[in-house]
Amino acid sequence: MTPLQRLTATARALLPEDGVITDLARLRTYECDGLAHYRVTPALVVIPETAEQLAEIVRCCAEEQIPYVARGSGTGLSGGSLPHAEGVLVVTSRLRAIKEVRREDQRAVVEPGVINLDVTRAATPEGYYYAPDPSSQQICSIGGNVAENSGGAHCLKYGFTTNHVLGAEFVTAAGDRVRLGGDAPDSPGYDLLGAVVGSEGTLGIVTEVTVRLVRLPEKVVTLLVGFDSTDRAGAAVSAIIAAGIVPAAIEMMDALAIEAAEAAVSCNYPDGAGAVLVIELDGPAAEVDAEYADVVRFCEETGAFEIRTAKTPEERFLIWKGRKSAFAAVGRISPDYIVQDGVIPRTALPEVLRAITELSERSGVRVANVFHAGDGNLHPLVLFDDAVPGAGDAAEEVSRGILDLCLQHGGSITGEHGVGADKAGHMPKMHAADDLDTMQLVRCAFDPDRISNPGKIFPTPRLCGERPGRRQGAHPLQQAGIAEVF
Amino acid sequence: MSDSLAGRAASEASVSRPTRSISGVTPGRVEHPTSTAEVAEIMRAAAAAGESVVPTGAGTKLDWGSPPASADILLDLSALDQVSEHASGDLIATAGAGTPLAQLKEHVAAADQRLALDEVVPGTTVGGALATNTSGPLRMLAGTMRDLLIGVTMVRADGVVAKAGGKVVKNVAGYDVGKLLVGSYGTLAVVTEATFRLHPVPQSRRWVSVAARDSAHAAGLTQAVLHSQTVPSALEVDASAGGVRVDVLVEGRPEGVVGRAAVLSALLPGAETSAEPPAGWGRYPWNDTADSHLGIKVTFRLSGLADVLEAAGELGLRGSAGVGVAYVAVPAEREITEIRAILARLRETTGRHGGSAVVLDAPPALEQQLDLWGPVPALGLMRRVKHEFDPDHRLSPGRFVGGI
Repeated sequence: MTPLQRLTATARALLPEDGVITDLARLRTYECDGLAHYRVTPALVVIPETAEQLAEIVRCCAEEQIPYVARGSGTGLSGGSLPHAEGVLVVTSRLRAIKEVRREDQRAVVEPGVINLDVTRAATPEGYYYAPDPSSQQICSIGGNVAENSGGAHCLKYGFTTNHVLGAEFVTAAGDRVRLGGDAPDSPGYDLLGAVVGSEGTLGIVTEVTVRLVRLPEKVVTLLVGFDSTDRAGAAVSAIIAAGIVPAAIEMMDALAIEAAEAAVSCNYPDGAGAVLVIELDGPAAEVDAEYADVVRFCEETGAFEIRTAKTPEERFLIWKGRKSAFAAVGRISPDYIVQDGVIPRTALPEVLRAITELSERSGVRVANVFHAGDGNLHPLVLFDDAVPGAGDAAEEVSRGILDLCLQHGGSITGEHGVGADKAGHMPKMHAADDLDTMQLVRCAFDPDRISNPGKIFPTPRLCGERPGRRQGAHPLQQAGIAEVF
Repeated sequence: MSDSLAGRAASEASVSRPTRSISGVTPGRVEHPTSTAEVAEIMRAAAAAGESVVPTGAGTKLDWGSPPASADILLDLSALDQVSEHASGDLIATAGAGTPLAQLKEHVAAADQRLALDEVVPGTTVGGALATNTSGPLRMLAGTMRDLLIGVTMVRADGVVAKAGGKVVKNVAGYDVGKLLVGSYGTLAVVTEATFRLHPVPQSRRWVSVAARDSAHAAGLTQAVLHSQTVPSALEVDASAGGVRVDVLVEGRPEGVVGRAAVLSALLPGAETSAEPPAGWGRYPWNDTADSHLGIKVTFRLSGLADVLEAAGELGLRGSAGVGVAYVAVPAEREITEIRAILARLRETTGRHGGSAVVLDAPPALEQQLDLWGPVPALGLMRRVKHEFDPDHRLSPGRFVGGI
């Protein structure tokens, strides 16, 4: 028997029949994640139902030296759960129990396949919620969030996944089950959990996650503000931040992004806006009221032509719907597009936006801008039509150029989508060789044989020079009917 | 590295005789680098000579942790004391490891900003706070060093200079190596510079304080505050001076703070509101400069507070009830058997509540007789991390968990 045959036999002995997939047609349904341009058919897919089964699979992978890749809901946008052709894809979707919701401890204990929004749904009757809210929160899994250190619109005020995960049960690359962190903070020893969160599945797999629950705010106010230009919208953001206000979220969309969202979900954003801001304030009512008055004043002073405040939960929903659907919506105005994710110091926003506009005009490639304006996390959407010869290459050049702009301004090549398979080749532009070498020390400690999600994050000859991600039309999960546009 | 810098690192001016010990161990000599490059030179030379190195800043916590197995060089980073950048519009600041935390805080305060990390040990440096992961009441609002640190420059045990993270708050490009360095007691690398996210200074603040009848009552009051929507910046309990007091800090707009303090007063019958912090706020319940005590850090689930208060008993405790962290002072003159019994009792109770009890600080003679750390999960993985970063165990050998 080959190593893969032995692993398959082990999996068959451990798992129910539908938990082991070897049929090529079905294997191919797992060939990509949310970054559908990269496609690799895995040699085997396993869907364990318990942590012990998952650990047993990994133990067998370690013995046989077979690479494995963990996958949650497959919504990642950097190819982080792109399968390995000779490896096994370990799908966590059946590890889906919310084990505990403890109001008295402000904690929930969940399995990795639990959907992000379901944690909030379970906690809401107790008056709590789970704060990290990536746009894909209706379908993305907590295990995937841990792997990617997912953010979301509200991380400006509430932080990222790493700030909300207190403990985890973790399966090492040797297949051992260990506890990292715990219910209480500041577990003695190195903060291994801090290294694991955001490591994109390259250090091991979490099989249970303890998260912090946050008390629901007394009051939430959501504003939609129309400006004639991104410059003016940016000035409003600066004024708000300079006044010491930390909104729960400040999101910006430019004219093209607004047009796309309007076409997709009819969110009824202000007519003729060159930019809109979605600003959310939350907290104790008296605080929110005071901040609201200031925010409205700053927006007026910087030239807002329309300030709309949601009066009902439905109105709030509609404002957010436009923003959260933006990526998929762009599929309505362009046959193909690249979702970029870069970070700049917030104060560089006007300069970088102007440079992106110049880049776009010079190349003739349209760029729709959607971003978390409060923390400088840009999500330019580079539009093209792959049917036009050379259009794809031109779009990729613009997309790369945007990342270069981020780096020139002291930023990052990814704020929340991860490096994955997509940006490994960009890592040496941001990090010196010794910095990357130091990161790899961590990898060597956790996974010396490099069997846990190999080929991700760190550049290898095989990945260098690869084309950045493209996506056609809507999100693949949307096309498959798994997810609605939101 | 130029030869002139190497020469400077080894010159008379940058080396001195030790004037103090590290948990009772007298270092061979003290090196005083003035730059990351000089630190790298010293580390390369130490690697070549097979010498051990213990980094230090102001030395306020040099007696924390286990006594080092060896300390050929005490690496005094206090000359790396510059705030090199404060980008107020981006709410970030960068400072050398030897910068006094107070100096960094003062620097950014000029722009009405703050590093939301309490200076719990007076005089501590940026690097010292990072290496020991100290925190105080504000951690309920802003988290701890791990949450505020966004970038570091380090010198590895082999002398290689490396950076991790960056200067933007949102960044997932690669592993978050900085988090491994936080609380690592100088055993993985020498941090020479750190970049932090800052927060705006709130316009107004109020403390709402109330005396609780007993442990159970204090626990009930803290639960009431936790489940309120007043968003406290801190929720502290102080049972270090007889009785039990619950102190809540709210910060924000003046109009908001008044309203929130009123809600809290209703939740905490008999509470008093003050614009000034209560006595002992943001300090350990012991004297940092004296050798008269053991300082123990206990952590626990939020619901475990009453039991932990009971376990501390007449010793009392002080700490952040709102996050499940507190500190217990034990007089050092107690019999060793009694100290062991106290530690065992605290470990049993905190262990039942998902936490731990760690001896932070103790007279060196006692440190050698006690298990300072208690049970450490995933110790095997930690040893492997240490092995990769510092295979020769050159950096602060033996000061950390499991003899790391």
